[in-house]
Amino acid sequence: MLRRRLNRLLGGDERRVDSRTIYVGHRSSSTTEAFIPPKFCDNRIVSSKYTVWNFLPKNLFEQFRRIANFYFLIIFLVQVIVDTPTSPVTSGLPLFFVITVTAIKQGYEDWLRHKADNEVNKYPVTVLEQGRKIRKESEKIKVGDVVEVEEDETFPCDLILLQSSRDDDTCFVTTASLDGESNHKTHYTVPDTEKDLESLNATIECEQPQPDLYKFVGRMHIYKNEQEPAVRSLGPENLLLKGATLKNTQKICGVAVYTGMETKMALNYQGKSQKRSAVEKSINAFLLVYLCILVSKALVCTTLKYVWQSKPGQDEPWYNEKTQREKDTNLYLKMFTDFLSFMVLFNFIIPVSMYVTVEMQKFLGSFFITWDKDFFDPEIKEGALVNTSDLNEELGQVEYVFTDKTGTLTQNNMEFIECCIDGFQYKYRDANSELDGFCVTDGPVNKVQEKAGREREELFLRALCLCHTVQVKESTKQSQGDGLIDQVDGFGVDGEVPRPPQEQRGFIASSPDEVALVKGAMRYGFTFLGLESKTMKILTRNNDVEMYELLHVLNFDPVRRRMSVIVRSKSGDTLLFCKGADSSIFPRVRQEEVERIRMNVERNATEGYRTLCVAYKYLSAEEYAQADAGLREARLALQDREEQLITIYNQVETGMSLIGATAVEDRLQEEAAETMEALQGAGIKVWVLTGDKMETAKSTCYACRLFQRNTELLELTVRTLDDGGRRREERLHELLLEYHKKAVQDAPPVKAGVTRTWSSATQDYGFIIDGATLSMVLNSSSESNSSRYKNLFLQICQNCASVLCCRMAPLQKAQIVKMVKNSKGSPITLSIGDGANDVSMILEAHVGIGIKGKEGRQAVRNSDYAIPKLKHLKKLLLAHGHLYYVRIAHLVQYFFYKNLCFILPQFLYQFFCGYSQQPLYDAAYLTMYNICFTSMPILAYSLLEQHICMEVLLDNSTLYREIAKNAMLRWGPFLYWTLLGVFHGLLFFFGVRYLFSNPALQDNGQVFGNWSYGTIVFTVLVFTVTLKLALDTRHWTWINHFVIWGSLAFYMFFSFFWGGIIWPFLKQQRLYFVFANMLSSVSAWLVIILLILLSLLPEILLVVFRKPRGPHARQLSEGGLLQTSRLQRSHHYPTST
Amino acid sequence: MVKEEQELANRPDNTAFTQQRLPAWQPMLSAGIVIPGFVLIGLAFIGIGVALFVTSRSIQVLEFDYTGVDQNSPCFKCSDPKVLNCVCNLNFSIDSLFKGTVFFYYGLSNYYQNFRKYGVSKDDVQLSGDLTNFKTPSDTCSPYAYDSNNQPIVPCGSIANSMFNDAFKLYQIINGTNTLVPFDGKGIAWWTDYNIKYRNPSITPLKNAFNNTVKPIFWSKPAYELDTSDPANNGFINQNFLVWMRRAALPNFRKLYGRINEGDYAQGLPAGNYSLEIAYNYPVLSFDGRKKVVFSNVSWMGGKNEFLGIAYLVIGSMCVFMSIVMLIVYAKFKFPEEDGVPGH
Repeated sequence: MLRRRLNRLLGGDERRVDSRTIYVGHRSSSTTEAFIPPKFCDNRIVSSKYTVWNFLPKNLFEQFRRIANFYFLIIFLVQVIVDTPTSPVTSGLPLFFVITVTAIKQGYEDWLRHKADNEVNKYPVTVLEQGRKIRKESEKIKVGDVVEVEEDETFPCDLILLQSSRDDDTCFVTTASLDGESNHKTHYTVPDTEKDLESLNATIECEQPQPDLYKFVGRMHIYKNEQEPAVRSLGPENLLLKGATLKNTQKICGVAVYTGMETKMALNYQGKSQKRSAVEKSINAFLLVYLCILVSKALVCTTLKYVWQSKPGQDEPWYNEKTQREKDTNLYLKMFTDFLSFMVLFNFIIPVSMYVTVEMQKFLGSFFITWDKDFFDPEIKEGALVNTSDLNEELGQVEYVFTDKTGTLTQNNMEFIECCIDGFQYKYRDANSELDGFCVTDGPVNKVQEKAGREREELFLRALCLCHTVQVKESTKQSQGDGLIDQVDGFGVDGEVPRPPQEQRGFIASSPDEVALVKGAMRYGFTFLGLESKTMKILTRNNDVEMYELLHVLNFDPVRRRMSVIVRSKSGDTLLFCKGADSSIFPRVRQEEVERIRMNVERNATEGYRTLCVAYKYLSAEEYAQADAGLREARLALQDREEQLITIYNQVETGMSLIGATAVEDRLQEEAAETMEALQGAGIKVWVLTGDKMETAKSTCYACRLFQRNTELLELTVRTLDDGGRRREERLHELLLEYHKKAVQDAPPVKAGVTRTWSSATQDYGFIIDGATLSMVLNSSSESNSSRYKNLFLQICQNCASVLCCRMAPLQKAQIVKMVKNSKGSPITLSIGDGANDVSMILEAHVGIGIKGKEGRQAVRNSDYAIPKLKHLKKLLLAHGHLYYVRIAHLVQYFFYKNLCFILPQFLYQFFCGYSQQPLYDAAYLTMYNICFTSMPILAYSLLEQHICMEVLLDNSTLYREIAKNAMLRWGPFLYWTLLGVFHGLLFFFGVRYLFSNPALQDNGQVFGNWSYGTIVFTVLVFTVTLKLALDTRHWTWINHFVIWGSLAFYMFFSFFWGGIIWPFLKQQRLYFVFANMLSSVSAWLVIILLILLSLLPEILLVVFRKPRGPHARQLSEGGLLQTSRLQRSHHYPTST
Repeated sequence: MVKEEQELANRPDNTAFTQQRLPAWQPMLSAGIVIPGFVLIGLAFIGIGVALFVTSRSIQVLEFDYTGVDQNSPCFKCSDPKVLNCVCNLNFSIDSLFKGTVFFYYGLSNYYQNFRKYGVSKDDVQLSGDLTNFKTPSDTCSPYAYDSNNQPIVPCGSIANSMFNDAFKLYQIINGTNTLVPFDGKGIAWWTDYNIKYRNPSITPLKNAFNNTVKPIFWSKPAYELDTSDPANNGFINQNFLVWMRRAALPNFRKLYGRINEGDYAQGLPAGNYSLEIAYNYPVLSFDGRKKVVFSNVSWMGGKNEFLGIAYLVIGSMCVFMSIVMLIVYAKFKFPEEDGVPGH
């Protein structure tokens, strides 16, 4: 959703100007006009991809769109059409297997979707038609139908609320299933609609469907007996979204405006775009190389064939006469079919099963994250969640971590700490913990230094009680709403002393800050009792109930960073209360008041508290009338309503007077500092992107040890820009150059990321930038400057240990991620956040991680992985990520290797069989090699391998650097594996070739033929590649033992079996007793042992010479002495050769 | 209670498998294991190598090319394809006893039995004695499935058609008289080929099974008359035919023709003069091929093959050498974190 908004704001798609007209209850507006009911889509939700009929063709089409599958299909077709050396079965069977497995998986997933769709589509709903209630299936609702919904039902489509059973024309809904916010939201009926829906004659004009959940503009024309139609504005507060649930209201009636796939929910659920991992890109690159090898092999063979045949007698010796058809075929056609035949013969070099194995590895491997009990959080009773298994290995490649502050680094568990009124500091202490006898009698309010006037105090507390959107949780609802509501007062603040009874009142709000503030006011004696039909009730210190009429709420949004309410007291005064971030309040209040408060605010901020300033103003009757009119007008606007509203908000919120400020503590997450330290140790750069203000964020950074005491901070904020007293642009330019000189040019030359040691004596830099400055950097007035600034900025940031970006709007977070993602070397980025404002950066980064926090579930739903706490990130990256990467990298390299040395002997054999495309191996071996004989060990390896055990990985974050920058899948290691494959292939072929210089290999003098030759090579091959994997396996569980030895045993068994029976379906019994006869020859045994050993010897030598200190590595692996320096060397993988 | 249950339901299983804590053996290829291992492997290889080498050396081989390219060659007169039913004699002498059972092979060079089209050109069903395929041989046999009169060829296909048809007779010349040294043609083909894979139709006499079929074009005799002396050596289970049908792996190959294991010659060929009478029928010069005959005795490792012995010796000594190198490296850098490691 946010991505869409992002696109739109970045100028992605054009804004749709057209609107739709809906006839409520299908009654035309006037009898004279011809009534043409507009055509809208029906209310069916279709999330499934296939139907029973189109499943096969559509699924096959989708599958063959994958380049690899298509390639194998082509090979198969060539085998069917052209007379090729191997039967179509050899490639058809694996392809069929792969396609079937995938189709079954996708079919099953689609069946689940069908089931879910049906559940929604067949749900019975009540529709009012000509005054009668008709039960219908949900999918039959049409736009314009008047739908009745009862309590606790979900809305079947997007409705405009016309009638509510509540007296105050409101209804409550919860959108927990949409955006995870479990608070009750109030929605209003369209004002002045007639109570009698049957006689209501109205049209609704509203915008075309768009996915933004929180935006809706429309207009309702109500026609009454020939009068001029009345016009009412419609906003999001009138719109009930499909998927939301009706609460606290018996029933409502609404008119359907968006149905089916056009509802906001459906528009939001159109799948996320696929993220591709770096490993997948490597695979594709390697695939291309192997494709080239394949084509060149086929070309070489074809060419040599015709060169060789040009010698007299070679083309058609008398013993191998051609058929008439062959003689008649055109030479060039023959050449082409020969080329195709060679392609078919060598096509096994590109392993069809690799994709299946990789996918299985990813799918099964991701379970280990879900299963990990270390990720289980007893508080929320949930473990980690894997939304996509495609990115497991990317977790081991992260270079940049972008983290949100609130709720991610900190707990988002707000506690009211203190406030300051008119510059006087008030600190709340619990009565029971009072030790110093300061003001025991004075109730909870303590005077720390001096007290402000009582009047000001009460004004401030009233402001806290009134200026919010908190709802009181109704006690009757307590029992049934228990499981749903998680943002209830007192959640997780268990350490506190027992509270007085009235404090057990539950508050529900979308932001925990507000709850904290209302609770804070309660401690000082002002209790918010609730909002009833636009009247707010508060209980004052003197136990009087005061009533305020709520006139307007000027909503909070992250750009304005403040919210206001306009209320009218019983005495008739109209008051505006405003609370917000200091930077957005200070410019709007009288300047002489600011200084007293600013000191307190800054002190609180440096202590790491979240501060809010509170201001108020009296509105005179004229002022209010003007504001009221402006607000109403803006709310009625169909176009640019947002902008108009913001303009009018800004007009109203001026000339206020500052009363005080509050400080709310947001505690650090458990082990936040350790986690950050580990990440930095792993060579990961941590950037904090927060909407919070600089001082607070900075103190959090210090607390998390992102900034150390000796870190030199480079600040690029509005404040530093204003310092010089010159134009900001100039100053920006100057500062950028200065910092660049400091951080980039003067820094000792280091290779990016990999080799930089974090403990080095070089000066660490920290960089701070705020949103305003960032937008100056990114959107500089002149185009050339902009890109230059951007470059400078990036270079500085990349040389800093950590970067703090504060005062960020959600979009800017995404912008930063995008900028880093697209910078030189395209580093792998990871975003972690918990709130809706982090969704954009979670979607933007390579890996998005959601924290199952308190700010709803939106981040979790849009993330790739979700974890309950920040501290789990350490294990996720350092242990899981590292292992996944090593596993899959090894899997990929091994797959290419084993197929290269599989096919190379077959290629070499062509030189000895007159380039006649004679296969070296039997068809059964060709088919089974990748499916049965060598597939399971590598799969088990890629699921279970722990080349370094988890504890060591967690304790030595530097180990993470060794696999940075895709170290195991770069061209170096690839070349190593390829050469190894070539070496083995050559060895297998020529070893047996020299043995066969005298084919009399049995002690009875009998000779071996060509199938014996191939079987010996194949036996050596299967044993070598399996034992090679065994050599690489560092972690032998019983499963590894089982599959490795089991595979070899299976090969032996299969060969005996395959050769032991005359198979009636085979045309030629090529392998009949070949294997058994081979085993009866001592020479064959000896050559097999020799070749296996010779192939593996260099490997063993390499391992030994790479780490001559075995005993120490052993100690390490047993969890003994842990020294990073030793471990680094004990790393045995050929990361570079 | 309900909450506890929920917690239990959500909590991941605490099993060794799900927590990736299966007990595991973590082998470390340390010098302490590898060096003795290399020494052991090396010594074992050297031992095997010596045994192989000595055995291979002890195998006697006598090889003659009788293609007749050279004018001085006794078979030169036969090399002209126009000469039919040509017989030539190859005389040679043996200085000392040619020990043991002597195996007699014929060899062909530059002969591609491993051509793909050639290789598939047979009908295994027909060769297993199925009479329906006598009437309609498989397509793979083309162009040797039917003759010009559209009569089915049995056995069909290129392999059968091109069966080697030179015949050999060995005589020892004792005091000017030729004594026949008999070749034993039994047991030269794989036991399973002779007894299971290839079957004659169960019709007696065998000749009747071949009614309405023609012999392969190249053959001079039909299949049921391949060995007139032994009725059990005819048809598809003729041993020479079976040997021929097992295709060679490489273009230079030898095939077993017979064994000398009877009578006076059971202990080997005594020293003396011999004459090999060759019925020269098989044309090879058209494709620049060569024909040869080989006398050889065999050992437990089969025929003479120096490659294996040498390879084992080389690898074995390499292992020992490497273990010495490793030992030196290990002794010198025993405490690498103090002394530094080569390459770091």
